[in-house]
Amino acid sequence: MADKVTVRHLRAFFGKNEALHDVNLNFAENRVTAIIGPSGCGKSTLVRCINRMHEVVPGATCTGEVVLDGEDIYAPAVDPVQVRRRIGMVFQKPTPFPTMSIEDNVAAGLKLNGISLPRADRDRLVEQSLKRSALWEEVKDRLGRPGASLSGGQQQRLCVARALAVEPEVLLMDEPCSALDPISTARIEELLLELKESYTIIIVTHNMQQAARCSDFTAFMYAGDLIEFGETKQIFTNPTKRETEDYITGRFG
Amino acid sequence: MENFSQPQHTNRQYEEELRGLRAGLLKMGGLAERQIAEAIDSLVNRNTGQARETIARDVEVNRMDTEMDERCIRLLALHQPAASDLRFITTGLKITTDLERIGDNAVNICERAVELNQEPQLKPYIDIPRMAEIAQSMVKDSLDAFMRDDTTLAEEVIDRDDEVDQLNYQIYRELLSYMAEDPQTIPRATRILFVSKYLERIADHATNIAEMVVYMVKGRTIRHMEKKKV
Repeated sequence: MADKVTVRHLRAFFGKNEALHDVNLNFAENRVTAIIGPSGCGKSTLVRCINRMHEVVPGATCTGEVVLDGEDIYAPAVDPVQVRRRIGMVFQKPTPFPTMSIEDNVAAGLKLNGISLPRADRDRLVEQSLKRSALWEEVKDRLGRPGASLSGGQQQRLCVARALAVEPEVLLMDEPCSALDPISTARIEELLLELKESYTIIIVTHNMQQAARCSDFTAFMYAGDLIEFGETKQIFTNPTKRETEDYITGRFG
Repeated sequence: MENFSQPQHTNRQYEEELRGLRAGLLKMGGLAERQIAEAIDSLVNRNTGQARETIARDVEVNRMDTEMDERCIRLLALHQPAASDLRFITTGLKITTDLERIGDNAVNICERAVELNQEPQLKPYIDIPRMAEIAQSMVKDSLDAFMRDDTTLAEEVIDRDDEVDQLNYQIYRELLSYMAEDPQTIPRATRILFVSKYLERIADHATNIAEMVVYMVKGRTIRHMEKKKV
């Protein structure tokens, strides 16, 4: 199994404050990798470095390499917008454009990337993206309604559809279920299993059962360090590091 | 929680429930050990009254089996345990079954003792008490190993199983010679043979517990492996 993304000697800063210390990690292609750890450990910073969203924050910088298919995305010639198209992101709270229609929400990424498609192609892409995010059946009769008319769980799947519409290769998900009820959460988790056939998925989660249920690999981070990385079943049944053991068994702090 | 240098769980109730499970399993183990001791005693000292009391006490072992199962299931359902906690609880689920079977074997020994005590003693019991002593020590040590996360002791228990198997075979050969010589001895000899088999089974259950202790501590399965590879 090939590595899709390789993180090498990654250090991230907010001003002078170092949030990630020399993180080295590989993300396998067509697999789900979960990143777990207590609040403030650097999980979100790590994923935001992977699609160059970290540098958007004023004063935020990073050093080291993030290699996507053999190419460093921080190399001088690389366009960050292009990186973000190939590495999509879904956030903690559903963030549809509230007044924009469902279909325009899905197609929003195209516009931002300056892509304009003939009507029929655009419609096909909207349908395909909504099908992949398992929302199509629920919204196909009301594509013109505003994004905000959907339930929280539907809105999150709409955001997944929007991320998928620009045909990314990697999908970053930062706590995608933390604002969702258990049924919507189960839908998203089910979706992850389907999506990993076509994408490489990296999910940040506070919910350890979620990491256990739907990831192939798990990375445990603490205080800006990657403490342990391994197959999910090994991490949850027999971790090698004491810190991991304490965290996943609830002996922390 | 299994090794006391580990910090406590943030969730106090969870910590308490895990401690409760451990204490319950040890109590159940103590009861199973007592059942074996009294079963053998009632055979060797031809004490039918004691045999019947031991049989009656089995309901207590069974009750604890159900109780331990319920505790484990509740912990699994309510706390989604992971890592060493998960291994501890799943080991608990298995140990309780082995202890319950040990209790059943003690009952079986008592039943044979009641039958044997009604007839003149075939021969002095020499190997049976020796075998019982080893089987009992295996049960005790497997539980101590469980209590202390002691894989060295657990491995010693596993090794000791060979001695019990050896004695079982020795008893079988000896009784075979009795039966060949005098068919009148067959009903008594077969009953003693059963007792030997029950003790051999008890040692096997202790071995299972010891193997689970290795799994619990190291996260490595050694069951169904050739001894030399262990």
